[in-house]
Amino acid sequence: MSTPTLAATAPGSGPAGGPGAPQRGRRRPRGVEALTPAAGLGLGVAMLWFSLLVLLPLTAVVVTALEGGWGTFVDVVAEPDTRAALLLTITEALGVAVVNVVVGTVIAWVLVRDDFPGKRVLEVVIDVPFALPTIVAGLVLLSLYGPRSPIGVNVVGTREGIFLALLFVTLPFVVRTVQPVLIELDADVEEAAASLGASPATILRRIVLPSLAPAITAGASLAFARAISEFGSLVLIAGNVPGETEVASLRILKFIEGDRYASAAAVAFILLLVSALVIATLDVVSRRVARRG
Amino acid sequence: MAESTLTRRGRRGPLTYVLRVLVLVYLLLLVAWPVSLIAQRALLPVDDPGGLGPFLERLTEPSTVYAFNLTLTVAFWAVLANTVFGVSISLLLVRYRFWGRRALSVLVDLPLSVSPVVVGLALVLAYSSTRGWFGDALGSVGVQVVFSTPGLVLATAFVSLPLVVREVVPVLEEIGTDAEQAARSLGANGRQTFWRITLPSIKWAVLYGVVLTAARSLGEFGAVKIVSQGAEFNGETATLLVQNEYGAFNEPAAYAVALVLVLISIIALVVVTYLRPKEDRA
Amino acid sequence: MSIEVRGISKHYGDFVALGDVDLSIPTGRLTALLGPSGGGKSTLLRIIAGLEVADTGTVEIEGVDATRLPPQRRDVGFVFQHYAAFKHMTVAKNVAFGLEIRKRPKKEVRAKVQELLELVHLEQFADRLPAQLSGGQRQRMALARALAVEPKVLLLDEPFGALDAKVRKELRDWLRRLHDEVHVTTVFVTHDQEEALEVADEIVVINHGRIEQVGSPEDLYDEPANEFVMGFLGEVTTLDGHLVRPHDVQVHTSGERGGVPGTVVRALRIGFEVRLIVRPEGAADEGSDVVVTLTRTFARSLGLEVGTPVWLEPEQGARVVPVRRAPAAALDGDVLGAEGALV
Repeated sequence: MSTPTLAATAPGSGPAGGPGAPQRGRRRPRGVEALTPAAGLGLGVAMLWFSLLVLLPLTAVVVTALEGGWGTFVDVVAEPDTRAALLLTITEALGVAVVNVVVGTVIAWVLVRDDFPGKRVLEVVIDVPFALPTIVAGLVLLSLYGPRSPIGVNVVGTREGIFLALLFVTLPFVVRTVQPVLIELDADVEEAAASLGASPATILRRIVLPSLAPAITAGASLAFARAISEFGSLVLIAGNVPGETEVASLRILKFIEGDRYASAAAVAFILLLVSALVIATLDVVSRRVARRG
Repeated sequence: MAESTLTRRGRRGPLTYVLRVLVLVYLLLLVAWPVSLIAQRALLPVDDPGGLGPFLERLTEPSTVYAFNLTLTVAFWAVLANTVFGVSISLLLVRYRFWGRRALSVLVDLPLSVSPVVVGLALVLAYSSTRGWFGDALGSVGVQVVFSTPGLVLATAFVSLPLVVREVVPVLEEIGTDAEQAARSLGANGRQTFWRITLPSIKWAVLYGVVLTAARSLGEFGAVKIVSQGAEFNGETATLLVQNEYGAFNEPAAYAVALVLVLISIIALVVVTYLRPKEDRA
Repeated sequence: MSIEVRGISKHYGDFVALGDVDLSIPTGRLTALLGPSGGGKSTLLRIIAGLEVADTGTVEIEGVDATRLPPQRRDVGFVFQHYAAFKHMTVAKNVAFGLEIRKRPKKEVRAKVQELLELVHLEQFADRLPAQLSGGQRQRMALARALAVEPKVLLLDEPFGALDAKVRKELRDWLRRLHDEVHVTTVFVTHDQEEALEVADEIVVINHGRIEQVGSPEDLYDEPANEFVMGFLGEVTTLDGHLVRPHDVQVHTSGERGGVPGTVVRALRIGFEVRLIVRPEGAADEGSDVVVTLTRTFARSLGLEVGTPVWLEPEQGARVVPVRRAPAAALDGDVLGAEGALV
């Protein structure tokens, strides 16, 4: 899973390490070298493949989106149905991120701090949404919340349905980023706080949550990014009523099917921008944490 | 380590139980119950004949067999490409310093954040024979990428690209260079060092990455949908078949294929969970 | 000479790891590169092994210019501080690695591995994985692995640094005996002066990327070239602006023969010796306290106790090195604090 480096770097031994203090290289990793000719060739080949596969096609999207000039781009995005789709996508994604912040943290807490029979099964259950093909995820939800629901709930074609599907596919993000940090969190620190007279609520608020904050932020950003770009699980559930239950990715599909590639590229460009923003945020968060060590 | 204050002191407030129940109910409603219903829907459809026989019949329909074959072929090539690429790029990122290294390590993660639909669109805009940048060039040498198998491979390789890298990079960093340098000082050249020392030390991480890549490749839907014809016997992969059959009101077939895909994912998940501790033992 | 190093320098950014170092290491001897952490000794060793490339200078091994040779063609055995065990191979496979790379016949490999495992007393562990060995055993395995290819020189980078004190001492004696048996030119890096004094035939003291002195353990202890070497090998104390060994300070109970007047502020009995802390007259705090060690008998005969006025002077013929600056800044703080041990 995408866990930004939250671990602190080991501090170098102080300048006055006592006699016999282990002496580790403190300058930079040994054996890391400049490119050899063979490695340079490898890098060239890898970059070529990477460019052809990823960079070039994505550039094509950006170029196509802006080909007609800024005005055309704005026109597409300002189209009522497109604007509604983008707005819906972002609102839903934000809501999903917020729910995940709370529920994901609670789940991580229960997985780390609680102990009961069958806890190991939960570990697998958490990962199921990552493992399932997205279209199957949609079908899975339809089996309980679809037209033939055994409990009489049908969310097909509703905004609640979209929300449910997004909750499903984003379940592991916050859990899996918070969990390792929670495991590493030194119980000593909590005990020290308790010995200083802090109540459990105070410990949670002043000690635990601040340590978890970067991980929660990271997990929520990932969940948000995933929710923004989600497609497969929504195909069967969303209903795709323009202006009502049509999300951005389905809007792009509609444009492609209608042979309106420039418009598709314009919406895609916005999704790419949001992804880039999220990646940048994550990078900043993880670097700040690494510095704070 | 990290025995919690709560469990270590055996001090469990009512809140512990409230949270536990909350989590269990949430996971049951969101994941466990729906997933288990899939099996029921596949084996005991509401209006159609149930049981293992009809279930297997649905899976052995020629169009279904074609879909699974195509899926496996595409996944094979995507996994192969991403394994070679993933191991090479991991070695380069960890063991060498070069201009643009940091940027590359961020970019490698990019495919995971791109919407599958956008991936498909991007590939069409670059390689489709009618409107792609390289459409004419590819057409003149008689290669059709989009709307044929190579396009499916590209789309699948794109979305699963970082999975091997993400597994291998931390392990490479963790094992350090001592053993490799020792091998060098004992007379091993670069190739011998890689095959005899480096690869055996990262084999579990590579395998783990391969399993993840394979699972992702078998289940890819969005990107594939855009670059495929998506019709029976014509670019219809297993996931596309699920959608098509469901749309054609042939729910039992859709659920049958979905169940197979679910089982594959869960097996992959279990394999991966089983592989993890092995890594720590090394 | 087995290893000839000429004009080697190495920079990491602004940091000078080695500045224009020349060194000759004799054949068949056991040489220690001794110095504080970050002083450049490991870098020098790694440059000799070819694991690091020097910015300038040349390295010659047994008459062959090795400056441009990759490590695998230098014919050196290298032992790492953290063992660098091949974790996925058994002990025997680890030791056999270099020979298999060289495509030696299977029979020969097996015999050689057996011989080496016996040499390092690991014959009963041949089929174990490194993870099942203790630290000391792993390091012996690493030594056997390095020796298997019959290197021209054996290089050890803080070989005992990761081990606990007792094992370290055992392995130290064992390395000495091993060297007496095998006679391969050996260079090892250490920051532990006791280790260097005990094991090495010759010691090279390195600090701040420079060689401070080269000589036998006796030379270095008795005739240190400068205050750094004096402070780094053995105890020192400052008396009247000079560095002197605490056991080289004479104590008089009357001032008629001169000397620095002072008062005993502490007297500690440590085993057979007595350690006096003397505060010179007019000194305000412990900053200029002098440490003196005497035998118990002598201390008793003088009737020394806390409060006794004494006069101190260096022993006749004792090695005395003038302090260039204020005592605290004269030596690297870390060196004195770490090994120079004033109190």
